[in-house]
Parts: sequence; C-alpha cells; structure tokens
Amino acid sequence: MRHLLSTRDLDRTTAVRILDIAEDMADVAQRAVPKLPTLRGKTVANLFFEDSTRTRLSFEAAAKRLSAEVITFSAKGSSVSKGESLKDTAQTIAAMGMDAVVLRHSASGAAATLAGSGWIDAAVVNAGDGTHEHPTQGLLDAYSIRKRLHGAASRGRDLDGVRVTIVGDIVHSRVARSNVWLLTTLGAEVSLVAPATLLPGAIDSWPVTASHDLDAAIAAKPDALMMLRVQAERMTSGFFPNEREYAREWGLSAERFARLDADTMVLHPGPMNRGLEISSAAADSARSVVLDQVTNGVSIRMAVLYLVLSGNDGTDA
Amino acid sequence: MTHLLITAATLLDGSRADLRVRDGVIVESGSGLAADGARVIDSDGLQALPGLVDLHTHLREPGSEQSETVLTGTRAAAAGGFTVVHAMANTQPVQDTAGVVEQVASLGAQHGYATVRPVGAVTVGLAGERLSEIGAMAGSRAAVRVFSDDGKCVSDALLLRRALEYVKTFDGVVAQHAQEPRLTEGAQMNEGALSSELGLAGWPAVAEESIIARDVLLAQHVGARLHICHVSTAGSVDIVRWAKARGIDVTAEVTPHHLLLTEQLAATYDPRYKVNPPLRREEDVLALRAALADGTIDVVATDHAPHPVEAKECAWPEAAVGMVGLESALAVVQESMVETGLLDWAGVARVLSTTPARIGRVAGYDAPLAVGSPANITLVDAAARGDFDLARLHGKSVNSPFLGRSLPGRVMAVVHDGRPTVLEGALLPTEEVATA
Repeated sequence: MRHLLSTRDLDRTTAVRILDIAEDMADVAQRAVPKLPTLRGKTVANLFFEDSTRTRLSFEAAAKRLSAEVITFSAKGSSVSKGESLKDTAQTIAAMGMDAVVLRHSASGAAATLAGSGWIDAAVVNAGDGTHEHPTQGLLDAYSIRKRLHGAASRGRDLDGVRVTIVGDIVHSRVARSNVWLLTTLGAEVSLVAPATLLPGAIDSWPVTASHDLDAAIAAKPDALMMLRVQAERMTSGFFPNEREYAREWGLSAERFARLDADTMVLHPGPMNRGLEISSAAADSARSVVLDQVTNGVSIRMAVLYLVLSGNDGTDA
Repeated sequence: MTHLLITAATLLDGSRADLRVRDGVIVESGSGLAADGARVIDSDGLQALPGLVDLHTHLREPGSEQSETVLTGTRAAAAGGFTVVHAMANTQPVQDTAGVVEQVASLGAQHGYATVRPVGAVTVGLAGERLSEIGAMAGSRAAVRVFSDDGKCVSDALLLRRALEYVKTFDGVVAQHAQEPRLTEGAQMNEGALSSELGLAGWPAVAEESIIARDVLLAQHVGARLHICHVSTAGSVDIVRWAKARGIDVTAEVTPHHLLLTEQLAATYDPRYKVNPPLRREEDVLALRAALADGTIDVVATDHAPHPVEAKECAWPEAAVGMVGLESALAVVQESMVETGLLDWAGVARVLSTTPARIGRVAGYDAPLAVGSPANITLVDAAARGDFDLARLHGKSVNSPFLGRSLPGRVMAVVHDGRPTVLEGALLPTEEVATA
C-alpha cells in the first residue's frame, strides 16, 4: 500500500487485511512493553492544517509504538497562518526527510492532491480531508464493530449481513463517507437517518438506504447505531432550526436509548455533544463502544503506518 | 498596405479558390490568380474560415498582468485563429468607465494581433448596486456594445431590468453570468452524485436555470436583447429554446470545454478542471452540442481565463476557477461538433465568427470570405491531429484542461484586417504585427 487516501478504493481483501494487522497491533498493546521496533529509523510527519486533538494524538501514539520518529505540525501559529501553501509546507517537511505524511486538511481532495502532485515522495495518509473522507476513522469503526460482534474470533472476518445505521449530518461528514464505502465493501447493510437537508441530494446513487425517521430505525433493531457529531455552524446556516428540534427528532435521547435493542452497539466518532446528538445514558452505557473506538484507533493507525512504510506489500490501495 | 494572395483554399461551401487581399480588404476571388507581387500564402488543403470572434475573453490587463496582458492574450487569440476578442470587464480597475475601456481597446489596436472589443461592466465595480456609465462607454472610442458583470451575476431583478432597458438605448446587450449567488455559496463542482461522493460543495443546475428563466422573462417584458454567457446545462437549453420560440430576443453561448469535458474529471481533484460554471454531466454535454447544432445556442465563446501556476497548484477548493481556451477552442469545436457530424465548416463559421460578431455589433463579419469584406481570414489544416501540448499555448498562463489530449486541426495562417498574424502555423513576431 503506497498511500491511504480513501476507503472508496479499498477492496474487501485489503480492508480485512488492515483490520487483521490491527488485531496484531492490539495484541502488542497488551504486552509489558507495548512497543515494536518495526519502523525504527522511519520518520512520520503529522501535518495538521485543521484543528484536531484526538486524531493527531492517535497517530502520534501509533507511530511511537512502532518506534518511528514523529514530528507534528499544526497550522495554528505556524507559517500556514502566514499564507504558506500546502505545496510549500509539504515540500519543507519532505526536505527534512520524512517517510510518511499524515495529512489533515480542510479542503476535500487535499490528500489526493498531495499524493498525486509529485511535490513529495513520502507516503500520504489521509487523516481527514474536508467533507470527503476520513479513512482511518472508517477502518477503526469497522474494526470496533467486528470486535464487538466476534471478539477474539474476529480475524479474517468481514461484516457480511451486519446492519449499521448512521445518524446525523451525512452531507458534511467525512466520517459518514468513509464508513459508507468501507462497511458496504465489507458486506454490511448501511442505512442513513437524517433530515433531508443533511442527506446528499444524490443519495440514490449511494449503496445505502436512507430515511428521516430515527424511531423507525431503532425499531428495526440494527446491530450498530452510529451517531455523528452535529457541527454548530450547521444551525446558523439553516440546515435545521435549532438544537432542541434536532435533539428531539434525531438525538439518541435516554428515552430512545431505552427502546434500543439490547444487542445494538452505539458508536460515536467524538467529540460528543452530550444532550444534542447523544445522551449520557447512551454514551456511558455498556452498549457504547465510544472508548473502544479510541483504543482501536491507535491499532488501526499502527496497521496503516506499517503498511505504507514497511514497503513489502506491493499492492496499491 | 499589405498585398496577400491566399491560394487554393477550401471555402465554406467546399469549393476551392484563391483570395486576393489588398489594403485590408478581400478584393478578388477566383482560381489561378496571378501573384502580381503579392505575398503568397499557399493554402492548398487548408480550410478557410472568417476570422474567429470571441465574445468572452479575460485579458486580465489592467490589474492582473501576471496572468495575462492584452499583448499575450491577443497573441493567444491569433494563435487560435481569432481576429476579435471581447475583453471581459473584471479587470482592476474594473472596465466601468470610458477611460479604462479606451485604454484596453487602444492596447489591442497597438499590438495588432486581434481587435479588442472591451466589455463594459453593467454595475460600478461589478458590485451589483448601481449602473456604471454605460452611455459613456458606448460613446467612447472603444464603442462598447456588450455589457457584463461576468464572474458575478446581476442577481438583483430590478437592477437587471433597468440595465436591460438602459443598455437598449445604446443598441447594446447585457451578457448575463447566470448564477444565483445564494444557491452557489462555496460551490466547487456540479452538484450531483459525484459531488456528494467527493465531498465538494455542489453547484446545482437550478442556480443557472432559475436565473435564465427569470431573465428571459424580464427581457421579454422590457423588449430588450439579452445574451446568456456560458450555458452549461440541459435544463438551460430547454429554457432558451422555449424563450426563442416565444420570440424573446435572447442569444446564448457555450464554451468549448462544456462541449467536450464532463464532471468526471473532478474526481482527479486536479484544479485544472475547476471552472465556473462547472463541468457538467455527459447528458448536459450532449444537450449543449445538439443545441449548438440546431441554433438554440448561438455561439461558442471561450471564457479564456488565465491564472498563474500557483493559483492552480493547491487543493481543489483553494484553487482559482477558470481555464485558458483561446488556443484550443477551434480544435475542441472541430472535435465535438465537426468530427461528430453535428456541424459543417459553414456552421463553425456561423458559431465562431458571424453570429458572435453580430451579437457584439462588430462590423465587417456579415459576409464571410466575400469579395469586398474586410480581410479577416483563418486557415486551418483540418486533417491534422496531435496531442495538445504546451507548445500550443501562447498566452502567459498554462491552465488548459486539454494538455495531453489528442485534438484535431491546426491553425496555419491568420489574417487580421489584411495583415498576417500567423503564417505556417507560427505567430509572427510582435514587432512585425504591431501597428504603431
């Protein structure tokens, strides 16, 4: 694997392989010294043109557990705020001898542009590009669902027949996109629930079912319910009237959570708006995998960094 | 003055003839004409066209000379077979006063590669608030007849109504950039399945179509001429067709890139394909071709929009919108319309010369290649084909979506007002073409 830019172009075999390698990485974390020498001598640059704490820390932890050197670049207070372009920043970092660039950028396609530009030779890992994709989030969500369903017997399995419902701001969500492509590639049945303003207009062309009714979706007893974060700016630009109405119609309230099937797991990519899209009753319950997602995120990112940096794979994804 | 003899060129009706040009005018047409001291342009096997007229060019001077100047833009025009370009108003300062339009027109006249007809801004500073000095620009030495806030839509219905009425006073036309601004805030590409997959904010067809529908009704109401810039959707074609059937005095243009390229190119996130209006679906491309063939769309206009390399060397949402198009326009029209059997060369002359000249009130283009007409002639090797490469670009900017693509046709010679600007496929040097 040369780069990881999206889940759209991962095939099932490659996706399962990444999840399986992440299983191995998770085992490492159980050891007394949770560290592998695999990427000793390699350097990973975290290029974060957009604020993110969790994803950045997760990639840092992943790189360090593989014994890679890590440097982190955050746009705030950097030369980017002085008008430096993606090209110049990337080339500057590359000139320091980086082997991989983990890129978070507000522009959709930024990772693809960087990988295809010829500006740098380093491997590129997309850590979220605008409203396009966040492939490691999709992978860690798939991993978390598989792990919760199959536990120690997870290795080698796909998600055939698993029913996943994703609720919230689909149209602006890179998390939703990465999940839709990856989960359906793995065989899951994905349904989306959102007001029409927050569903893509061309939703018919996606391999999903879509509806507006969260109560009906809950009654259908999905295996997993993924609540997406609501961005404050969506309200000010009129995608829905206000928080109260959103929470009433599309929030996983304590009352709705009580109606949820006992076997349905609850996911959230974080950070959560408690009381808006998710209640504390749901977030803190035993059916919540929110903290597992964080833990699994490190394993997935270890697997991805390993694949793009070990150079013994030979397949493109 | 120059004396030229164009020999054995293929005319628009398919016949072959020699054309003698003297003192800027086609003075004789026939076979076996004697050289008689003329500079001979051997045109055996070449298709003769009237000099091409572009209704929609961004020359960038004054203000953005790092992208293009009147000189470099008109060199690009000549290389592409054009003898007239209409220079859009979004310069800095904006072409909203007689002084600025006269300066731009005189730079064109001085360089000699093509006649530069400045387009006047409809509103002061393109701000969409009050009318610019339309009368002064019309009455200036630049004799402006086309008025446009191109790049911005005149979205205020009352302001557009007044503009249509006021411009009528001077036999001008308002060229509307049809884009409902609120429906296209932050828009990056055509809205549809692909934009939702790529996570790029959509530019919906309805944002163009709703403005065109409103504007043709306004034009009908006040009895004024209206021209629609760069029509890009099948729905827009339907509205223009309906308006023409009702007798509304509307004309429409399509760009070469909208005749050949589709939104699928956005999947590369290569900003060379970022343009406004955006590339649309295959069915839109086919509807635009059919509309150009049947006359619903009147003209092809390039929307030549040069940008420096750095404006395109970035992530898609951060990139400038626009493509250069003067050098590739004829080749793209040949590829999309002639090779497909939708237009013959007389049709090409209609959509790229006669009709745009009529809309822009440019004199001397109503009788193409006829004895007595001003000598504006483009000679094309229609049988040529090759990869469109950097060597074909002659402006300052290289943001062409056609680089690396195989295209037919090659402009071999151009005569502008009786003087050659291109011979043997190469631009003549600046000193030789300059009139000053």
